[in-house]
This record gives sequence, structure tokens and C-alpha cells, in this order.
Amino acid sequence: MALATLLGKDLRILRRSPVLVGLLIVYPIAIAVLIGLALSSSPALPRVAFLNEIPPSQATIQLGSEKINTTRYERELFQAIQPVPVSSVAQALDDVRDGSTIAALIIPPELPEELASAAQTAYVKVIYNGNAVNQSLVETAIESKLAQANGLLAAQLSQVADSYIDLLLTGGNLHFLGNTYDVLGLVRARTMLAAIADALPASSPLRARIDIVESFAQIAVSHLGGSKRVIGAVAAPIAVRQQVLSGRRTPLSNYAVAVAVAVSLMFVCILLASGMLALEREENTLERLRRGLVGAGVLLAEKALLGALVGMAVSFAMLCGIGLFVPLGWGRAELWLLAMAAGGLAFAALGVAMGSLVREVRAASLLALLVSLPLVFLALVPAASVSPALYDVIRAVSAIFPFKAALEALDAAVNQSQPSLAAALAHLLALIVGFGALARLALRP
Amino acid sequence: MASLEARGLSKRFGDRVAVRDVSFALGRGEVLAIIGPNGAGKTTLLSMLAGGLEPSSGELRLPPSRGIGWVPQKTAVYSKLSVAENLLLFARLEGIADADAAVDGMLEQTGLRDRAGDEVGTLSGGNRQRVNIAIGLISDPAVLLLDEPTSALDPRQRARLWQFVNARVAAGTSVVFATHDIAEAERYAGQLLVLADGEMLFAGSPADLGAAERESDLERAFVAFLAERGH
Repeated sequence: MALATLLGKDLRILRRSPVLVGLLIVYPIAIAVLIGLALSSSPALPRVAFLNEIPPSQATIQLGSEKINTTRYERELFQAIQPVPVSSVAQALDDVRDGSTIAALIIPPELPEELASAAQTAYVKVIYNGNAVNQSLVETAIESKLAQANGLLAAQLSQVADSYIDLLLTGGNLHFLGNTYDVLGLVRARTMLAAIADALPASSPLRARIDIVESFAQIAVSHLGGSKRVIGAVAAPIAVRQQVLSGRRTPLSNYAVAVAVAVSLMFVCILLASGMLALEREENTLERLRRGLVGAGVLLAEKALLGALVGMAVSFAMLCGIGLFVPLGWGRAELWLLAMAAGGLAFAALGVAMGSLVREVRAASLLALLVSLPLVFLALVPAASVSPALYDVIRAVSAIFPFKAALEALDAAVNQSQPSLAAALAHLLALIVGFGALARLALRP
Repeated sequence: MASLEARGLSKRFGDRVAVRDVSFALGRGEVLAIIGPNGAGKTTLLSMLAGGLEPSSGELRLPPSRGIGWVPQKTAVYSKLSVAENLLLFARLEGIADADAAVDGMLEQTGLRDRAGDEVGTLSGGNRQRVNIAIGLISDPAVLLLDEPTSALDPRQRARLWQFVNARVAAGTSVVFATHDIAEAERYAGQLLVLADGEMLFAGSPADLGAAERESDLERAFVAFLAERGH
């Protein structure tokens, strides 16, 4: 009864705070639209100044009987960047310096020659500018596409090597510097040697020596065929076959949805629960309520419920908005609500624990932001990016705050990922009890 | 029969004694003023009487049927709710059977009917204090506790407040109030209780305190009384 009365009172107060209500309505819509657009549209490519110094007449190089057109590898690179053509190295540098492009990619004129020589590594030049994140973005994009281009080139070089081996084995015409040469080939050489040996008298001393050469030809024929497979393997020594050990892997875009919803749920629940409890102190009504009218447990439960209810409404609206852009499993909507309710209550329990420690709404908001923002970043740190010992510490810290558990619950509910929803809900329940007890302790008179 | 009786009330916060061994009895329709320097323990004593603080020791007796109304020093109202909504909220939390009728009656008594729909945050300090007191009285308590009720009011607002409180006293409500205003204590209280450093130094009428110091001016008598006892 007292809980319902207080809840009605707080909802009425919220309704009369137009800025806050406006924020609660506009925030999920704006975030949902932004995330939806970000996930449903192609990523923008980094603008990179591009200078190809290879004369068009030298764009195609001859390697044996194969012709390799280097412009094909330009196209490969352009899948990762937005090229801004420039006419000189100076202009490329200017563009990078004034920020109109975040990098410059220069293909030097000697590249075809270096490739054709097959004796040295050919280089392209990349000039970076901008902040570390931009540099890293361009570096990763260019290096990954260069790796693909290298792979394609290696495959072509492998074909050239194959054709030389075939020529050595079976013979044929070799075109070189405008001349055509008839290459005998090891198979034909061995046949001819066998015929010569047969024609010699049995007592001829040449016969034994020809037998040695013939058996060498036989060994060469047998093993040169195998070397083609070795060259093929060198072109692509390692390929990846993926296997996920347990559960269902969440696509990055769907994981981003779970992160966005968890962040919204966290902010609304923590800020509202802590703020509304601090408001009771700020308006001096806490003392009045605690004078036998409302028990501390009821008061804390009411604030937690308020935060969780509003947080759920905002997050659900946000998820519905994102659903307009990204396909979501609507058949699991009841699990979304379950995860949101548990996550919302855990965040709100943390909020009331904070709200019971401070006397003003502003202090509560500041504390909520100071505590929750770093926890989001900690919870999103990938295991492989830090040392195992540091990751253990991060995991322990993340485990005693609700964000990671709420994210896991939402990811499991929305994307059916691992760990299971039940495990995440149990974790959240423990946090609700823990932070509830902490708030009760802090609210002692 | 006493409306409110305290025997040997004490409150400790750790090693610090905030209130030590306070005893008094207050009859129906009587007014008791608690006076003393800052930090004397006035608010702590009122909080114990109101039920907001558990006494460390001592005994408190209240009439069984009707409770205590408490008006804290700072206005404890929701500024985003209207006058009527504030009264209705606390009437419901007090468990009053006909909360609407109680609100209606209180709006009439406090003269706030015209402002019933106004948000409390838009009211003057005086009207806000009237709402604060009205909430304390919404359950028609046997005893009303007021913590420095007029400290933020101008003389005209003070007079109107006491007019209202005296009407309740005339109707049989007992009143305990803490104040720094000795003239106010002399004017409205039949009994005085002097506290200093948590200790009860005097209990009696204002006239008794003046007589004890052979001083007709109560404020001078009060200051001399404290000075003699090292405060």
C-alpha cells in the first residue's frame, strides 16, 4: 500500500519534470535511430589521398608467359578506402597535413619492375596523420587489403612458377626477349636417352653413364610434379577453418544492440533510482517518511522499482526502434523483458545504494556517472587485449557491478548467446540482494 | 492524564551523548518550549519524541489512540506536488480512513484552500511552512512537535502561524516546540525545558526561570542561567 502510494507520487513528480520526461522519451528514440542507422548502413570508408606513379604503359608486367595487371590490386585496396586522387607526392602530403584526408597511399613507379624481378620485395608508401584511432583504422584497412592483394599476387606468381615447371617437365616453346626457344623437357629427354641407350651395343662403356643420366631424369620428373603443390601451399600457407566451441556466436551488429540497450538501461535506472532517493533527502521528506510512516526497506524497494520500471520502458522502446532497422527475434520478447527487469532492478539497486550515500540530486547524478561509465568500458575489455592477470582483476571488478551481468542477460535474451540467460539472471539476483543490503545499511538513521 | 511523558530519555551516538536523562510530562492542551544554545540536543530530543530516533535509554509514554504529529525545522514537502497532493499523500501514508475528508478539513483550517492546486514550490516561505505544519496535523494527533517553526518567517507570518497553532491547542492538542526565540517561548509556552550540551538544566514555567534568576526579562534570565552553569 505504502509502496504503491509512493510510486504514484514519484511518477507524478516525474510527469511534472518536463525536461526529464522529454529526455526519457527523446533519448531512446534518438539512440535507437542512430544505432539502427549505424547497423543497417554500410560503414563509411576512410578518405585516403591516392597517387599511382606507375606510367599506364608499365601497369602490366610480364612474368614468364603470364601478364599481371597491377591496376587489379588498386581495385582491391579501394574496397577498404575512399581514394582521393592526387597528382603529386607534395599534394598528397598537403592533403594529409590539412586533414582533408587521414592518410596518403603512394604507389611508386618502380613497383612493376620490383615485382617483375621477383628478387626483391615491392613496396607501397603510406603516410598517416590524425589521431591514434584514425591511424589505426586506416592502417588496419590498408594492411588487411594489402594482405589480400598479396595473396592474389602470390597465386599468380605460383601459376607462373607452375608453367616453368611444366615447361621443364614436358618441354614446349619458351618466349623470351622476342625469341622463341624449343625446350626439350625432362620427360622427352629421358625417352631420348632410353632410345640412345637401347641403340648402343651391350658392351658399350657409354651405356652405364647414360643409365645414370636417365635415372636422374626419372627422379627429376617424379619430384618436380610434387614441387607444384609446395609452391601452391607457399602462396597460402595457412587458411582458417572456424569452429565455435560452445553456444551460439553473436554477430557483432546484434551484440552492439545488446550493448546499446544495456547502457541505456544502466543510465536510466541508476540515475533515476539514485536521484529520486536523493530528492527525498534534498526536500527533507526522507526524515518525515522514516518517522514510522514508511520502512526503509519499502522506501528502497519503491525507488528501485521506479528506476527499473522506467528503465525497462525506455529500453524496450529503444529495442523496438532498433528492430525497425535490424532483424530481431520478436518471438523472444518475453525473455527480453525478463532480462531487462532483472538488469533494471540490479542497476536500480546500485542506484539506491548510491542515492542513500549522498544528500543532493546533483551529487547522486555525479556519483552515478563517475561509477558507471568506467564500469561499462571495463566490462567491454576483450580478454585477449590485456594480460591474463589484469583481465582477472577486470573480470572480478566487472562481476561485482551489474553492467556485465545485465549485458550477458540481454545478449542471451536477444541473441541466444552464451552464457545462458539463467546464469546471468542468477548473477543479477545476487547483485540485487547485495546492493539492496548495502543501501539499507547506508540509510540507517 | 499526561498526553506525553518522557522519563530519563537519553541518546548516544557512539561515545558522544547527545541527550542525557530528560524527563517531563505534558498534559492535554499544554504547550512546552525547549530552549537552549546551538547543539544543545533540542532536535535530537524532538526526533526521539517523534519516533524518528530510537532512544538509547529511557521511556516514552504516549496516549494509545492518537499519535504524534511532527513538523521538522526545514519544510519537508514535495515541491513538485500541489498543496492538496502533499496532504493527501501523507494522509494515505498515515493510514487515515477518509483521507480526502482529512485533506479537505486541513485546507480549511490552514486557509490554504485557494492554493490547494498550486505546486508547493511556487508558494511563499510562510505558506510552505503552513503546508509543513498541516502535514504534521493531518492525522489529528494528540501531540504536535514543532522544530523551530518560525525561524524562516517574517513577523506577520509568525503571528498567523501561532494563531493557527493556538487554535489547535484550544481544541486540546498538546504542543512541544524547540526555539531560539525566547520571547516566543515566553509568549506561547506554559512550560520551559532548558537543554545545554544534551543535559536538561531546567524544567518549569517561564515565570519560574525568571524568578530563579531574579530577572523580569526572560531572555536575560536565560542567558544568566546558562552562564552560571558554564554554558
